[in-house]
Parts: sequence; C-alpha cells; structure tokens
Amino acid sequence: MSAVAIRWVVKPLVFLACLVPALQLIAGAVGFAGVSLGTDPVAVMLHTCGKWTLNFLMITLCMTPLRDASHSVFWLRFRRLFGLFAFFYVLLHFTVYLLLDQAGKLGALWQDIVKRPYITIGMLALCLLIPLAVTSTAKAQRRLGRRWIRLHRLIYVIAILGVWHYWWGVKKDIREPLLYVCGLSLLLGYRLWKHRKSLGSRVSVARVARTDAS
Amino acid sequence: MRKTAHELGPIVPSDITPYDKYVSRRALLAGGVCLAAVQTLGRWGESFGQSGPAELSYTHNAALSVTDPPNSYKDITTYNNYYEFGTDKSDPAQNSQGFRPQPWKVTVSGEAEVSGSYTLEDILKPHPLEERIYRLRCVEAWSMIVPWVGFPLGDLLNRFKPTSKAKFVEFKTLYDPKQMPGQRARVLEWPYVEGLRMDEAMHPLTLMAVGLYGKAMPNQNGAPLRLIVPWKYGFKGIKAIVGIRFTETAPRTTWALSAPNEYGFFANVNPAVDHPRWSQASERHIGGSLFNQRRPTLPFNGYGAQVASLYSGMDLRKFF
Repeated sequence: MSAVAIRWVVKPLVFLACLVPALQLIAGAVGFAGVSLGTDPVAVMLHTCGKWTLNFLMITLCMTPLRDASHSVFWLRFRRLFGLFAFFYVLLHFTVYLLLDQAGKLGALWQDIVKRPYITIGMLALCLLIPLAVTSTAKAQRRLGRRWIRLHRLIYVIAILGVWHYWWGVKKDIREPLLYVCGLSLLLGYRLWKHRKSLGSRVSVARVARTDAS
Repeated sequence: MRKTAHELGPIVPSDITPYDKYVSRRALLAGGVCLAAVQTLGRWGESFGQSGPAELSYTHNAALSVTDPPNSYKDITTYNNYYEFGTDKSDPAQNSQGFRPQPWKVTVSGEAEVSGSYTLEDILKPHPLEERIYRLRCVEAWSMIVPWVGFPLGDLLNRFKPTSKAKFVEFKTLYDPKQMPGQRARVLEWPYVEGLRMDEAMHPLTLMAVGLYGKAMPNQNGAPLRLIVPWKYGFKGIKAIVGIRFTETAPRTTWALSAPNEYGFFANVNPAVDHPRWSQASERHIGGSLFNQRRPTLPFNGYGAQVASLYSGMDLRKFF
C-alpha cells in the first residue's frame, strides 16, 4: 500500500473507528437515535472508557509482533494513533469518574487516591501516560533519540498497572480481567522471548568474532 | 434527610410514567375502590410469559414507608445483582425469563417446634400483604427506592415456634443450575446462604417480600419469595428462598465466606466503615440526573431510629 493511501485513506478510517465507542457514549448520554446507556449511565461510561483504554493499550502493543510476523512496517504507522487513543480514553475515564461519579469533589478524589490501592495504581498509570503522549510527536522522537525508546518502554509498566487496576476494582467475577491478564502476558512474554533470543544471537556473534580474531 | 422532588433534580422520562400510574393506583385504593383482587397465587405460574406479573392485593403501610419517589419499575427490574442469573446487572432480567417460581416449596428446619416442607401457598396464606417503600443500599455504593409488597418476616417465623435455642435464622436460595445459569460458574459457593440474628429477623421492618410495585415479584428480583432488610446492604436480601433453618450459631453466609475481610455477617449500612476497596460514605442514587447522583449514606440506611438499639454496645467496626 502506498504511503499516500495509508495517510489519507486508511488512517482517517482507523481514526474514525477508534472514536466509535466515545460517540456511542455521547449518543447514549443525550439519548440520540434511541441509543441508551441503561439504568446506570455513569457506571456504563466509566467501564466503557476504562475498558477501551485497556483495549487500545493492548492494540498498541500488538503492532510490533504484527510487524515481526508480517515483515512489514505498515503496522508501526498506527502505533502512535492507538497509543494516543488509549490516552484519550483514560482521560475520559478519569473525567467521568471525577465529574459524574464523584460529582466533581476533588477532596473525595484525593481521599480515594490515597486510601484505595486500586485507584492509586490507576492514577499512577494515567500519570505515566502523560509523558508518552507529550513526546509522541516526530519532533520529540528526533530530539530524544535513544532516550525516546527507553522512555516509551514505560508502556509495559502502564499496561500492567492498568490491568491490575481493573482486576482489583471488580467485586468478585474476575473472568474478564483475567482475559486481559492473559492477553498482556502473551504480548509481554513475546517481547521477553525476543529479547532473550537477541541476547543469545549477540553472544554467538561475539563468539564468532572472537574465534575470527584468534 | 428526605429529599423533595425539587432537590432530586430533573426527573428523567423513565421515572415519570410508572410513578404516575403508581400514584393513581394508590389514590384508587385510598378512595376505597376495591381493586379486583386477582387470584394471585394461581396466576403466579401462568402469568409467566404472558402479560407480566399478576396484580397483588395489599394495603399501603405509610408509617413504615419513606416518602422519597420510588425508582421506576424499569430501573428496579433491569438493574440488580442476582449472581444466580449472571454477574452483570442486566443479566438477571435477561436470563431469568425461563425461571419457574411455581410450584414452590420451602423447607423449615432447625431449632423450632414446627418444621417440615411447605408449599408457597401454605407459607403465604395467613399473611395479609402490605406495601412498604424502602430505601435499598447496595454494598457497591449505589441506591434505589423500592415499593416492596410483602409481610413481616417475624409473623412467618412465629408460626414455627422457634425454641429458646434459636439464636439465628438461616435462609437458602434454590440450587438449580438448569434454571439458574449463573450457578454453572463457581463465582460464589452455591446455593446462596444468608442469615439474621433472631432479633433482627423479628424486627417489624424486616420483610418477606413477594412483589413490587403492586405486582407479583418478577423472577429477576427474587420470585417467588425474598428477604428485605432495609437497614442492611442489599446482599442480605436473599432471593428465591427454599430453606429456612433456625440455628444456635451464626450461619456461614455466602459473601462473608467468599471475602471475609470485605463482607461481614451483619452488613449494616454504615457510612463510617468503608469497604476495603471503596468508600461507603456516600452513594450514587440510580435514576437521578447524570450530574447529581451522589448522596451521603445514612447510618443504618436512614433506619437508625428504629434499629440502632439492636446493636448497642457492639463495636460496629469489628462486627461490620
């Protein structure tokens, strides 16, 4: 696919698709076109935004394995977009929590952050996403160079904290959080495996080099 | 403490219709117009799959009712926890439509002079039904107002002449994974067990409920027979009761077994004792405006004047 087609056709379509969950929530909140959020709209908004944050973190983490499997950098062109959508949905999640769930009471929010471990780690994950969103531009990437890669490895920590936050938040039925744990384990496990393999090959390359020298 | 309609903010359309109908029905009753008392019990089973639950005949108990506007019939019947039908709050309404609350048997056993197996008709026959509008506070920090129809649990328990050894009463839900798909997953220990201390069970506020909004109890809300203890968290209100047992020691209740540090036997609504993972100081009232759902939670869910004396001298932080 040509770069032009990706930039002007595929990307805008993907962008619109990423907005669908948010548009559904807005339609439901104002009762547009018969869409309804049900009896407890605040809980639906909170959970939808939270889950799409996790979904977009997972999708973002899928791009590298997809590149490796397909030997095509096509996937990497969407990594930033998906990552920024994770940030977009976590901001919505936080806004619904603060303004609708807690009725805008900052005191109550602070109490929750310091007293409830699952909210503490959720907030921590949100805060860690901020520097990644801020340095997501091509300019920042150029300026930071190698440090950019190191900084953006924070995504692994953020994803773990996010899934953990979900796991601790549910009352009893952990079947859904468990799905995220499995997905994330696969995605992080793959990276670990790749890292080990590259370490291994580097060692053997070094060995070959040494034998050559002797 | 009680909110006027004005304080509650804008009322959404789903609130208005059923409540209006409801008020007019109550006005009819007050006017002495006798509602055709349908042979409720016989219709119970038949009504399933037809035009909705059967109408009940009852009197309204204003003295034991709150004056807050009740949530809509739709809110109450489509948003609740009933893990036997699934863990989502919309699951009970969706998965309980094939449930048969009739014929029904209740087994009474334990420390009582009278025991045995009773049909639902045997259980209900001597008890005139009354309506009570109660606050409902879920342990998950949301709340509703529900017009239950039922009779005092104490009146029922007295018929079995509990002995002096009966210190507690234990209730059991039906175990039938064929009818209750949620029981196929081991989310909780099945069957669901709940219990009360005898003085709690005999308290005039404690209700054996058989209906809501003047109609037979919908399957998703615990048909045909469920417990309502308005000063306790909602999970104490065990549904689809098939067993009543008088015991000397405290029953091992389902949620307390599942997470003893999070859910206690007493489970009295208490804004001062938080759930380990969330605050119980306030609650979100279902059905209000989007921006105005938070309300402070009241000790004993607002029933402190009637029930606080049951717990005098007890450390409510320890016995949560």
